[in-house]
Parts: sequence; C-alpha cells; structure tokens
Amino acid sequence: MSLIVDVRHQQGSFKLEASFESGGRLTAIFGASGSGKTTLVNVIAGLVKPQHARIIIDGSVLTDTVAGIAVPPHKRRIGYVFQDARLFPHLTVAGNLSFGEWFTPKVERYAARGQILDLLGIGQLMARKPRDLSGGEKQRVAIGRALLSSPRLLLMDEPLASLDQKRKDEIMPYLERLRDEIRIPIVYVSHSVAEVMRLASDITVLSEGRLSAFGPAGEIAQRLDLIPAEEREEGGAIIDMAVAAHDRAFGMTKLSSPAGDIYVPGILGAAGTPARLRIRARDVMLATEEPKNISALNILRGTVSMIAEAGPSAVNVTLDCGGSPVVARITRQSAAALGIRPGLPAFAVVKAVSVSGPTPEPR
Amino acid sequence: MTDWLRLSAEEWDAVRLSLKVATVAMLASLPFAIAIAFLLARREFWGKSLLNGLVHLPLVLPPVVTGYLLLLTFGTRGPVGSFLAEFGIVFSFRWTGAALACAVMGFPLMVRAIRLSIEAVDTKLEAAAATLGANRGFVFLTVTLPLIVPGIIAGMILCFAKAMGEFGATITFVSNIPGETQTLPSAIYSFTQVPGGDPEALRLTAISVVISLGALMASEVLARRAGQKIAA
Repeated sequence: MSLIVDVRHQQGSFKLEASFESGGRLTAIFGASGSGKTTLVNVIAGLVKPQHARIIIDGSVLTDTVAGIAVPPHKRRIGYVFQDARLFPHLTVAGNLSFGEWFTPKVERYAARGQILDLLGIGQLMARKPRDLSGGEKQRVAIGRALLSSPRLLLMDEPLASLDQKRKDEIMPYLERLRDEIRIPIVYVSHSVAEVMRLASDITVLSEGRLSAFGPAGEIAQRLDLIPAEEREEGGAIIDMAVAAHDRAFGMTKLSSPAGDIYVPGILGAAGTPARLRIRARDVMLATEEPKNISALNILRGTVSMIAEAGPSAVNVTLDCGGSPVVARITRQSAAALGIRPGLPAFAVVKAVSVSGPTPEPR
Repeated sequence: MTDWLRLSAEEWDAVRLSLKVATVAMLASLPFAIAIAFLLARREFWGKSLLNGLVHLPLVLPPVVTGYLLLLTFGTRGPVGSFLAEFGIVFSFRWTGAALACAVMGFPLMVRAIRLSIEAVDTKLEAAAATLGANRGFVFLTVTLPLIVPGIIAGMILCFAKAMGEFGATITFVSNIPGETQTLPSAIYSFTQVPGGDPEALRLTAISVVISLGALMASEVLARRAGQKIAA
C-alpha cells in the first residue's frame, strides 16, 4: 500500500502546505489544534477542494489539480471516522452499519461483517438508536460503519478526542487490533502524544499548516522538539519489542529487543507477541557506570548519540541502545557532572514504562 | 335536535369539495415546495431573492389580486390557460382552479416550513453519507429527506389549513358555483348573504372548526412521532 499526499491550499489567512509519501500501516498526522490536520484529511477525503494537490492511493489518482482530476467523495472509497461520530440519528445501529455496504459495489466488498462486529464488540447494539449509545459505543459504531464500506483507506480524525480517559482506554485496544488485523492502511489524526506513540507506524508532524517532520514512529518519537510544549512531558522513546518470557512467581513479563530486555509487571500475551514500549524521557535516569543495588529493574546499555537543549536548565540526551534510541531528560547540571558527551558509553535507568499490544492475562 | 345536525346536499357538496380541493392542493404542491425549499436553503444562484420574493408574494398581496392574476394567466384566454386548454386541462370555473388557487396561497407557508427544517439539517451528516459512497441523490433520499419529515408534515398541514380557509383568491379566480367551485368558506359566505341562512352558515362554521382543529391535532401527533424517530 502506498499513500502519496501533496497539498498546497490556502483558506483565508491559513496556509496548508504538506507533502509526504507513506507506506506504513498506520500513519499518524500529529500536531496541535489549528495546525491544519483536519483540513489535510478533508482534502484526502475530497470534502475540501484544494487549490493545488495530488492525492494518490495505491497508484490510483484521487486528486490531481494539474491534470484536472477530482474524484468526488462518494467514489473515493475512503472510510472516514469523524471526531463527532456523525451517526445517522434516524437509523438504528444496524441501519448505520449497513449504510456503507449498500453503496459499495458487490465486487468491491471485502469487509467481513462478523469479524468487524466481533473486533469492535458492537454485535449486541444492533437494534439501538444512536442517541441511546455512550460516547465510546458511538465511536465504535462509527468505525464499524466506515470499515463495512470496504474502504481502500481509513481516515480517523481525532476519534478519541471527545471521550473521557476511561472511554479512551476502552477503545484503544480495538484500534490496535484494527491496525494489526484489518489489512487496510489507516491515517490517524491526533494531537495526543500518548495516542500517536502507541498506535503509529509512521508519524507526520504538522505545525501551523506546515509539515515539520515525517518518518517512522521510532525516529520521530525521540524528537522532543516536535512536541507542543503542553504535551512535552509525554515525549520520549518508543521501542517495538516482543514478549520473551513470563515469571509467574513474581508476576512479571520479560520483553526483549536488540535494545535490551525490559521487565514489566503483569503476565502479558503469549511469547512472541509484539509489544510496543513507550519510555518517557522524564522517566529515564542516566549513569556512566553500571548501577548496582538499585530498585529499578530495567537498565539499558548504550552510547550517547545526541544532546539537545530542553529549556534553560535541562537537556535531552539520546542514547543509542542496540540501534534503538532512548531519550533521557536530565538537568544540565547533571550532564556536566557526568561529563556527558557524544560517544560516551552510558546506562539508561528506566523508572517507568507503558506497554501496548499484548493483552494482560486476568488475575 | 338531530335535524339541526343534518346537512343538506348543498352543504355536503361544499364540505366534500373543500376537503378534495385542500388535499389536492397540498399533495400537488408538495414536490415543488420541497424542490424550491432545497434551492433556497442550500444553493446560491442568480435571481435567488427574486424567486424567494415570488414564492412569498401571495402571502402579502391581497388574495383578490392573486385570484385576479391567476384569472389573467390561467383563464381560458390567459397565456398559460389557453395553452393548457389545448391538452384538455382547464382551470377556470372548475374545482381544479380552486385547487390551484389554494395551492398558490398555501405554497409560501409550505416552502417556509420545509426550508427551515432543511437549514436545520447538519450538513456534516451529509458529508459522512458521501464518504460512505452515496451520491447526491441518494444522500438526499436516505439522509436529508428522513431528517426533514417533521418540517414536511408541518408544511403540509399549514398548506391544508390555508386551503380549507382560502376564500378571496378562489372566488375571484373560479367564482362560487355550487357543486363545482363552492368551497366551505364560499358556501358560508353565500348563506350569510341570504335571509334565514344563519343555521346553515353556523353548521358549516362548526364543521370548519372541527376539521381545522382535527388537522392541527393530527399534525401535532405526526410531527411528534417523526421528531422522536430522528432525535439525535
């Protein structure tokens, strides 16, 4: 799968200029509100007519202002999950779900209804009207409706933004399964670092209408300078690992990757299950000698690869651990005391991690 | 006592004719009203305010003027009337003419109610329907139309009620011929003009009140049911 996006569009005084090519399973478009994310996905969906643009999905041209091509939205076969769900109030859940199916030509239908209902856990809601659904249920039905239209690409515009944390946590695992089990590419718009780090395979960063970075999630995640100030605390490294073993006596799971081994509490997934680890920069301490007699379980060995200013008194130190970058935020004073410089071997003491991917075994 | 309630053949004719005229006026103008309401609510085009003015004109003109204009246009010697007469469609001094006059008089009320309900439809829902593969026509039929049903019902009832009460334009355009163009208001008017016609006039007045009240209550129930169906 490939997605080529090249947009130059002006709306009033707002200028959007973004161009990227993605082959990833889930491309996140990340940026603060007002950075042009929604305009960009509306251009992809054909809901906004751009002044200059080229949108190509898997070789089929949807928009090309130079060649005068503008496929209307209803012929694009792009599933769109809106922030506000936009379920049809006069139809039941079943009617909403069938809506996309009706209009998809039979030969192009690939969506397996049963699988999608199971995956989203909405099978028991069929007879209800949208007004009788909770916010989380609405979003899941909206996702199901988009998927059942057998789209070539799924656009999700802040699908969790209107939900509280509990509902977000409820839907997240569904999104992960979606990404891993349904073979269509996803473009996911969000201003939340936590969501993007957890879900994305590639990240596009927009700021004030301009593309400020694009690349694989692992690379973009450690660029703390790209994260808006109010969310900077959430920044850090992501490392894709796999479940290696369980320690049932202590109730721990060992994850491994070329970066090293990490122990996390709980019995997670079967051995071999992919797990994405997020390590916030503020949860990492640095040591120049291997620490002993310390309560932190997880110590990764690496080499300092980069030092970046982070405000008046802090620096972000990037450690290369077996090819995976791990970022530590430490004070400038500590950096000077330890003599941190590029090329120096060092140890990252990881105080806390969040893991996404494998499902925990109930206790 | 029961004698008082018994209607003469002439009175029955007036009641039946009024119901027929009002129903036909309401149903025949509905598709045009939806189309024009949609144009006024959603499209920008040259001459939009002129069209809006023309639609609303019967609301502000004296009904006699509207009736006279209809007579000039749709009368047997009028430009449209003489043309239609060649196909056997005649309005003047026929019940169809009464229906036309009522439709024209009720049209602005119907368009207004439907236009307001179209403007209240969230166009974001229509955009969502488009991304699911529905073309414009299907978006209208499957999303917009079901959502404006309460407005359509309200518009139909307003038009029906206006048609039941229409007098000035009707009597000017198609006169007051018992059994052909004598609707309830015309009949009441006639009875009040003859000595001793008061009981007849009163009976027909009571019937008018019952029909109008019934129509309003029915519309209330229908609109509430439709509203519950589409409530977000």
